[in-house]
Amino acid sequence: MNRLASVPLDTAVSAPAPVHAGAAVVRLTLTDFRCYARLRLDPEATSAVLTGPNGAGKTNLLEALSYLAPGRGLRRARLGDPDRRLPDGSVAGRWSAAIVISTGGDCVTIGTGHEIDGEGQTNGRRIVRRDGAPLSAHRDLAALAAVVWLTPDMDGLFRDGAAGRRAFLDRLVCGFAAEHAGEVAAYQHCLRERARLLAEKAGDATWLDALEDGMARHGVAVAAARLAAVARLDRATRAGIGPFPSARLEMAGEIEDWLQRMPALAAEDKLRAALAAGRDMDAATGGAAVGPHRADLVVFFAGRDVPAVQCSTGEQKALLLSIVLAHARELAAERGTPPIMLLDEVVAHLDGARRAALFDEIAALGAQAWLTGTDDELFAGLRSRARFFRVLDATVTPR
Amino acid sequence: MTGPEIERLIQLLARLPGLGPRSARRAALHLLKRREVLFLPLVEAMTAAASSVRTCSVCGNLDSCDPCTICANPKRDPSQICVVEEIADLWAIERSAAFRGRYHVLGGVLSALDGVGPDDLSIAALVRRAGDPAMKEIILATNATVEGQTTAHYVVDRLAGLPVRVTRLAHGLPVGGELDYLDDGTLAAALQSRRAISSAGGGG
Ligand SMILES: Nc1ncnc2c1ncn2[C@@H]1O[C@H](COP(=O)(O)OP(=O)(O)O)[C@@H](O)[C@H]1O
Ligand SMILES: [Mg+2]
Ligand SMILES: [Zn+2]
Repeated sequence: MNRLASVPLDTAVSAPAPVHAGAAVVRLTLTDFRCYARLRLDPEATSAVLTGPNGAGKTNLLEALSYLAPGRGLRRARLGDPDRRLPDGSVAGRWSAAIVISTGGDCVTIGTGHEIDGEGQTNGRRIVRRDGAPLSAHRDLAALAAVVWLTPDMDGLFRDGAAGRRAFLDRLVCGFAAEHAGEVAAYQHCLRERARLLAEKAGDATWLDALEDGMARHGVAVAAARLAAVARLDRATRAGIGPFPSARLEMAGEIEDWLQRMPALAAEDKLRAALAAGRDMDAATGGAAVGPHRADLVVFFAGRDVPAVQCSTGEQKALLLSIVLAHARELAAERGTPPIMLLDEVVAHLDGARRAALFDEIAALGAQAWLTGTDDELFAGLRSRARFFRVLDATVTPR
Repeated sequence: MTGPEIERLIQLLARLPGLGPRSARRAALHLLKRREVLFLPLVEAMTAAASSVRTCSVCGNLDSCDPCTICANPKRDPSQICVVEEIADLWAIERSAAFRGRYHVLGGVLSALDGVGPDDLSIAALVRRAGDPAMKEIILATNATVEGQTTAHYVVDRLAGLPVRVTRLAHGLPVGGELDYLDDGTLAAALQSRRAISSAGGGG
């Protein structure tokens, strides 16, 4: 029944000089995860380069690693999505992933997958285990290791809706403040419950009061953490990192404005009052007119002071990378623990100077980065500083 | 392969939490092999419990008498009520032996998405009990989950205006942690350092 039992750490570690201050994945075992029936990979705490043709299974591998962060992974998948499917569409098996990470000398095994009942059936929930013992909440993962990612899906981040930017920012905030994931989840829970009550017109006022109190407390905590993180990231990205563009970051939102002018407790009261006053309108629109779920992260290309959305695709990508690198720098400086970075198809869009700067920065941070691409040559600058794997038809072989 | 009696036994066992057909078959076999030392005593215990255990009409606990042993015990402080979500939480606090008052079991938490509203919980009965002139303190020991906190907030509002002190278990309980899983020491400490959220009338 214990399909996620920790894997023995019996391999002799002979990595090319890992200098990892932060958490690093030292072993990954996948079972029936997307195209992988079974995969065992030992990156041994160094950065890893995965190259291979389209459809080989590179993003799937990074997706598995993204389950180290609270949430639904870098594809925002539903629980059953990663189950390995046969060509006829039937499920070959329920997925699970066991990831051994080293943090400050210790090794911890994180196991995740469907929660399986005594009869071997999924009960529709995802379980996360740390060394075999279930975590009471997925968000406890955030305290263990920070994980950030950039994927081709995020190319439209500045152009598309604010929800994507909030999710991106919230992942960065979790690196600074592990409890943020829990605050966001609690806020969203109260928001959903209140919307339901308003829609059914069934809730008594006292029940709505209770939910709005939760929205006010958790919502202001969310907004305050985002504000603090954006201020830090703004400072760090303005300085600019080598040839990467410097960015200016701002938080746009009502609660955020209040917090600039009044103490957090006053902002809570104000939000509580605004929600109570907005019940009729919110019942009609099915949401809530005010709250941190309406905030937005606004990014400017600092040099020319134009909004990111007006920059070229390449510049937007470079801006995102600037922010992610600034975040990693802040974490490395503060706690000596840079995040694990999953950089999917990022390198192909960088010119030679930026490519070299990215590799140097990763090494200087002591971060474990996972980089993918189709062209091996682009990663020449990482030889001796990373492990290279060839991904082909769902098999991964060291080079 | 087996007679209808055994099949029926397996079917019923399979409905227990944590058991499915396979483990139920194992449990049935285990019982049948230990007829004298386990099976018959278990049958007796189950018959006795089924005929005598009922829900306490005062607090919602399960016991063979109504009011339950705790509600009927004159040594338990009748001026203090500890409000819990489930009977399992009541039993957890009893195991810690840190509380000498009485209890009130809500029977769940408010959850619009699950269709659980105030009328589905034992809240009106709690308000009635709290209105007793002899009542001094209501201690809210709902879990530190979002639902537990929302329910606690709701109960506080409903108790507003009554001359009782309303307190909440101290922070320091792990968020998302459920009372039933806390060790006795943690529970005792949380009870010790509970804090007031409202005190009306002549309360402390
Ligand atoms: N649930 C699944 N079961 C089986 N195969 C899958 C599943 N989900 C995706 N795949 C397959 O995995 C393959 C590799 O995908 P991906 O990792 O995105 O490739 P790339 O190397 O281009 O990043 C794709 O061909 C896709 O069809
Ligand atoms: Mg891909
Ligand atoms: Zn009782």
